[in-house]
Amino acid sequence: MERRVRERSVAVSGELPALRLDYRGQRCPLPIIGLARRIGDVPAGAVLELLADDPAARSDVPAWCDMCGHDYLGEPRPGTFWLRRR
Amino acid sequence: MLSQRPRPDLLGGAAVARPDERRIDAADPDRTRWADARETVWNEPVTKPVAQLPQHAAGSAGTRSPSGPAGTYLDWASTAPLHPVARATLVAALDAGWADPARLYGLGRRARAAFEAAREQVASLIGARADEVSFPASGTAAAHLALLGTAAARQRVGRDVVLSAVEHSCVLAAAGYATRDGGSVHEIEVDRAGRVDLSAFTAALAQPGVALASLQSANHEVGTLQPVDAAGAACAAAGVPLHVDAAQTLGRLDPPARWDLLSASAHKWGGPPGVGVLAVRTGVRWHSPAPEDERGGGRVPGYENLPAVLAAAAALAALEGERRDEAVRLTALVERVRAEVPQHVTGVQMVGDPDPAGRAPHLVTFSCLYVPGEALLAELDRAGVSVSSGSSCTSSALTPSHVLVAMGALSHGNIRVSFGRDSTDADVDRLLAVLPGAVARLRDEQGARGL
Repeated sequence: MERRVRERSVAVSGELPALRLDYRGQRCPLPIIGLARRIGDVPAGAVLELLADDPAARSDVPAWCDMCGHDYLGEPRPGTFWLRRR
Repeated sequence: MLSQRPRPDLLGGAAVARPDERRIDAADPDRTRWADARETVWNEPVTKPVAQLPQHAAGSAGTRSPSGPAGTYLDWASTAPLHPVARATLVAALDAGWADPARLYGLGRRARAAFEAAREQVASLIGARADEVSFPASGTAAAHLALLGTAAARQRVGRDVVLSAVEHSCVLAAAGYATRDGGSVHEIEVDRAGRVDLSAFTAALAQPGVALASLQSANHEVGTLQPVDAAGAACAAAGVPLHVDAAQTLGRLDPPARWDLLSASAHKWGGPPGVGVLAVRTGVRWHSPAPEDERGGGRVPGYENLPAVLAAAAALAALEGERRDEAVRLTALVERVRAEVPQHVTGVQMVGDPDPAGRAPHLVTFSCLYVPGEALLAELDRAGVSVSSGSSCTSSALTPSHVLVAMGALSHGNIRVSFGRDSTDADVDRLLAVLPGAVARLRDEQGARGL
């Protein structure tokens, strides 16, 4: 159940993102392309923060994580997405 | 009022005939002007737009081959070319069935008899009685009438609407409209396949104040069949009328068994555009949301589109004999797409139920990572392949498809491929021949090669 995964609270208390990517103002799929390009910049197990305001990001970030095997952690604030590199 | 009263200076003149006595003949200058106007209307503005359209051979042969005038048409879930039976019936009815079916002279009675026969035919094919069926101008109008008429009749019971989160936008819009003065819309979540959570749906029905429920027979974007019969049983137990939107399955699958109101659209099964189907079970409380009108059985105001209704009914009846074999044939085409597209294109997510038994037979949806859906649609169009997309950039609202979002599916790079009676393996071959190159070009353009 994707929706349940999305609603899961961000279980990274105290942990800070190793990288923040800001794709506000860019239309999908550009934020997802940027994410795919930069995910290798953080070590496995690290948390990455993505800022995106295209409404498609809310659906596409978790779907991309699912397809590529990364952990989607949630959306702590609207338009801010956290994920953990596998 | 004043203008209708004869002016005193005209009253005495014997040469001035009263308007209703004036004979219209060839010498009448008014008639000449009218004839000129008719020439202008029919020869100029009508034939010019028609000339823009692809010139098809008779029937729907235009969609048949990649080299045909319509190229490879893979958007049958949006609309189907006219079924040959519908075309023959339409042409015959335009010439013979033009009289007013509400009039009592012979021509009118014959038109009425033809209309009633078509209504009987459609009713028997959807498991209804003839007097339960009427024909609004579209599937959208039928869905609007189904929801608004039921909501209007059940205001004292409640104002809430229960439906799945993946209903067609016309159903969601009608539910929003029905609850605009109070009441709320309960959108029930779907699983990853796009199937509504039946226990949540049932639980929502038990809440006080539910006026009606609505559920599609199959999803229009991903093909997932909904549990309409189980939902119908739950609705009956809760005493809530159920509207079933059968637009994607009528003419393709058995009609749903349990419904209180049903809507569908003829152009999706190869009937002409301009014909929707609205069925309201006897005993279901329904008040017209429009002013009363003596036509349309009190449900659909206005003059009946008799030729189009006859053609729509004839096509639906013709499909009854072929649809079971067609479902098997089209399922095989869909299975090819589901199996072979991921072999030719990396980063593809197949959307919807992987089990063919859980899907409508004719459509398949997938999303290609890192590709804008609109650009992919345009690339395929340049290669002569017509498909549709649920990606945000292809919709006027610039929001992703609410269906894909509700399913948690990838919403960009989305393509819906749908088949119909002219579709063959050659169409799948054509899609598979052009899709990998189109995706690769667009990924290159986006700088997404090798991701």
